[in-house]
Parts: sequence; C-alpha cells; structure tokens
Amino acid sequence: MRAFDYVRATDTREAVRLLAEDPAASCLAGGTTQLDLMKDGVLEPPRLIDITRLPLHGIERRGEALHVGALATMEELAADATVSERLPMVREALLQGASVQLRNMATIGGNLLQRTRCRYFRDPTVGACNKRAPGSGCAAVQGAARMHAVLGASERCIALHASDLAVALVALDAVVHIQGLSEARTVPLTEFYLTADDSPERENVLEHAELITEVEIPLPPPAARSGYLKVRDRASYEFALTSAAVLLVVEDGAIRQARIGLGGVGTKPWRAYEAEHVLTGASATTATFRDAAEATMHGAWTVPGTAFKVPLARRTLVRELQTVSGVTA
Amino acid sequence: MTDVASRRDVGERPAAPERIMTLTVNGRPYALRMDTRVTLLDALRDRLGLVGTKKGCDQGACGACTVHLDGRRVLACLTLAAQAEGRAITTIEGIADADGPHPVQQAFMEHDAFQCGFCTPGQIMSAVALMAEGRAGSDEEIREFMSGNLCRCGAYPNIVAAIRDAASRGGHDARL
Repeated sequence: MRAFDYVRATDTREAVRLLAEDPAASCLAGGTTQLDLMKDGVLEPPRLIDITRLPLHGIERRGEALHVGALATMEELAADATVSERLPMVREALLQGASVQLRNMATIGGNLLQRTRCRYFRDPTVGACNKRAPGSGCAAVQGAARMHAVLGASERCIALHASDLAVALVALDAVVHIQGLSEARTVPLTEFYLTADDSPERENVLEHAELITEVEIPLPPPAARSGYLKVRDRASYEFALTSAAVLLVVEDGAIRQARIGLGGVGTKPWRAYEAEHVLTGASATTATFRDAAEATMHGAWTVPGTAFKVPLARRTLVRELQTVSGVTA
Repeated sequence: MTDVASRRDVGERPAAPERIMTLTVNGRPYALRMDTRVTLLDALRDRLGLVGTKKGCDQGACGACTVHLDGRRVLACLTLAAQAEGRAITTIEGIADADGPHPVQQAFMEHDAFQCGFCTPGQIMSAVALMAEGRAGSDEEIREFMSGNLCRCGAYPNIVAAIRDAASRGGHDARL
C-alpha cells in the first residue's frame, strides 16, 4: 500500500475543503471498498480524509420521506423502524447485501459509491481496463465474465455495479443530497449513475470536491407491496447473479403502479422503465409479468460468460412480481 | 553499495507518515506511534502481541479477524488503526473473565466446534455479537447471521450446535 497522510475531518465543510485542496485525495468512511482497493494497489491516494466522525449518522423520518445520513451504516438502516414498516425491500436488500461485520462498517453513502467487483479492474497487473486506464480496452469481455453486466454494457466495459441497496433505492426514486464547496445540490439516484458504455472511467456525477451528505427515500403509498429477490451461487454472503426489487400497487387485479429495479445485470443499478411501462395499467397476471421481463432484457449485450443472465434475470423478475402481487396464475 | 550511494544522491525516500494513536483494547489504553497504513489487525497482532485475532484473507472476505468496536462486530483487516482511536476495542483475549472462559468459548470446546482452530477466534467473536443482537433464535438464523465467518475445515454443524447451546443457556445476556 502506498503511504498516505491521514486526516480526520470534524465537520462537513472542512471535509469538502480538504478534498478541494488535493485533487488526488480520497475520503475514508467504512473502508470496506477503499482500503481493500488500496491494498490491491488499484487506488493510491496520497491523502486519506477520514469522514467517519462527521455528524451525518442520523436516520430521521420527516413526513412521507426517510432522511438517511450518509454515514449511517447498513446495519443501522436495516434496523430502522420505518424501514421495517414501509420499506421492506430496502431492508431485504440490506440484509442480503453483506455479512453483519461488513454491514456494521459500510455506510449508506459508501454503499452507493462502491466500486465494481470486476476481477480485472481489481488487479492492476491486468493492462486492459477502461475503468482504470481509459482507452486500454476491457479484459473482461474476453475473460471470465460470470459476475459481469449485460445492461449498459458494451465491448468498452462490462463491469457490474454490485450494490443490492442501490437497486432498491433506484426503484424507490431516492434522492442523493450532495455538499460542494460553495453550494449543495440534490440529484435523483436514477440520474446519479452513468453507464459504462458511456464512460467506464466515470461512474457517477459526483465531483471530486463533493460529498454525499444524505440519501432521501420517499415512502411509497401504504397500499404498495414490495420485495427484493436475490439469486446467487450460495445461500448467503454472496454477490447477486441477478436480483429484482419490485414495488406494486394492485387494485382489483389491475396494476396501478409499478417500480422495478434490477441487480446483478447492470453497469449501474438498473431501473427497469420498460417493465414498468408494460405493467402499469395492465392486469396482474403471469403473462403480463413475462411480457414485462421480456421488454426489460431486450437490450442486453452479452458475452459467452454472461449470456445465461438474460433468461435468469427474466425469471427472477417474474418470480418476484408473482411473490409481491400474490398472483401465480 | 552503488545502489545505496545513488539513492542517497537523489535523497532518502521520505519517511511514511506516522501518527501517535491511543487504542483502548480490552479496557486497557495503549499509546503507539505507527505508520498511518497500519490496520487495526496488524496493530493488535504485531504491536500489541494480541495474536488471537487471525489474519486470514486480509481483504474482508473470511471473518477470521472479527473483533468488536464499541460492541459491534467488525473486520479488523479493513479498519485502519487510526479509525479505531477513541473506540472500545474488544478481542478474543478480552471476553473471558477470572472465573473462566466466556460461555461461547465453553460451548465451542464442549461441541468440538473447530478442527484446525484458525477461524475459531473470529467465529467466537461473531457468535458473541450474534447473541447480543438477538439472532440466535433458530439454526437457520444462526447460519444466516454467521455467514460472514468462513471455516475451511467445515466445522459448521458443530459451530451451529455450540451457538444454539450457548444461547439456550442464557447467552442472550452474555456479556460483550
């Protein structure tokens, strides 16, 4: 690991100022991505700004929205009463997202900013990685690509965004609150991420001298039902092959509202607008669910290692639509 | 010789940044001057001689380095020592008392919940936390909430049995 200066920020504006002072500096929160990639030699910041003691830990319900401090941990958010009552798919995504040890460390802001698990990105001895070295190519396209993306993917990059939480949050239209040097702004999470076929080296719209301070989750209507289904190679403590976050409002057999997020398939947490379009206003039947899944995976770009994900993702979505709606016919 | 001389010509490599850190481990404060890169795991093992906490994968995957930070289980390999300043650090060396082993340690011995023993300190630290979290309600729950601790010998059935037993003996109230 390259030597670094360790600085502990005490307030948010100071943290942003410290970031602005040094274009190569990085923030340290839970450390579960940052330190791991520093050990691997993928990240080599000369200065690390420890932000864990900033006052951004609170989780507070205000009206019909949950305001989650960026430094709240995954475990703290999963234990929140409003999450249990109104946001079950957030809770399910969190509890399936990592071991308890990691959940006690990893923060909500850090979870959204986690880097890909692509083994070629994480190995600096691999030359071809458009994420690490723009223009160098993509080793994964010709490589072992079982854990890679098929949506928002291209020959430039097929690195998967592996967050489970972010899949639920894009479906829920969560909003990211960002503090910059002179001003604060908010960005819908659906517009926060960039796809790898556009810019493998840049994953989101956060500028260097900006900090996520809060994630705001609008609460779905009380009539909504939701859930998160994660399909993986072992029963626990494993990344998704495919996953589906589903929220439905069904009245008299008709789907009034549908919000769908897909995981394990996208270079960013994937909001499945095509599926929502098919579902909204249609009757809640398995035939409708299959049409929705078909529409969503239509634009998939696969390599031999990832081709299995297209039918698997379709089946994952149909299964979770059945579970959430209670309709199996 | 030439290597050393030429290196001197261009100046010594600057010393890596260090920091004086005060770590409170098992109730005792320790002041240490350390490179900022030192993880909590390496500080415990190499500086304090508390080698019960094990270095398995060193990348947050195996759980062998599980310790408690302010009562919560975390991975010492992905925690900088500097981040643990001002926090209460508890290691496997700190859970027994003068009367004998912690109930979870006792249960692991009675159920033969290990083979080589390398993952055991992490398993026990995780199990003690699991019971405090109230997650020892069933074998299924124990398996799910112990899934961050891997055992290559495959001692899982006996680990689950040990935790079930410790929990049934009032382990929910077991001290952290």
